Amino acid sequence: MTAQEYAFAVIAAVGSISAIAVVTARNVVHAALYLVVALLSVGATFLLLGAEFAGWVQILIYVGAIVILFLFGLMLTKAPIGRDTLDNNRRWLGALVAMGVFAGLVFLIQEAFPFDSEQFTVFRSTTQDVGESMFRHYVLPFEAISFLLLAALIGAIVLARKDEGN
Amino acid sequence: MIRLPFVLVFSTLLFSTGVYGVLARRNAVMVLMAIELMLNAVNVNLIAFSSALHDVGGQIFALFVIAVAAAEVGIGLAIVILLFRNRASINVDEVNLLKW
Repeated sequence: MTAQEYAFAVIAAVGSISAIAVVTARNVVHAALYLVVALLSVGATFLLLGAEFAGWVQILIYVGAIVILFLFGLMLTKAPIGRDTLDNNRRWLGALVAMGVFAGLVFLIQEAFPFDSEQFTVFRSTTQDVGESMFRHYVLPFEAISFLLLAALIGAIVLARKDEGN
Repeated sequence: MIRLPFVLVFSTLLFSTGVYGVLARRNAVMVLMAIELMLNAVNVNLIAFSSALHDVGGQIFALFVIAVAAAEVGIGLAIVILLFRNRASINVDEVNLLKW
């Protein structure tokens, strides 16, 4: 175990507990706040893995924008409290499926990458590397994604505005 | 220095909590939050392999996934607000207009 692995263990424990709290919380606002902690721990994982730009984008976009959007969504709709109104009655079936997915994926991971495999040195990529690669090799996908964002923006405005007249 | 399977197991745990959230929640906003958890699990995998293989491409795909997630949340919440305006409820099991 190296220092990085200890740091990752702490981050992953915090992230896992808050992710489970997101899907089990009885209060929707609490769930949104647990989501902040889970997303922050994912961002910290990115920084630990040397992906500097993706880590800060994760913290800025997710915690700064998407969670605020969620809180607005909760504010504009009626937010009921309590397990029976938030979850459906067959949640044990969902828990069974989720545990099956987890067990199957962990089995496949330890087949492909055994837990005693050797450690890799973290690849530190700077924002310059990301920018050069993106605008040299991924220009067309970048344009496509910006068009998608524009379409989503217009679509959200058209959907959410009140109809006047007819 | 870090072992790859540790990161992959963390991502698997995030993904399966997301699966549970999508299946068990009735509130549409909570379902969207669980979808965010699943997208984040994919991003963790992409960044981990990008770091292990010393290739910046995985990080760029993670950025694309973040952009798609932002678009998805915007549209999703617009639909949820529209639903609340028309039906006064955002329980996904009460939305059966298109059900045959």
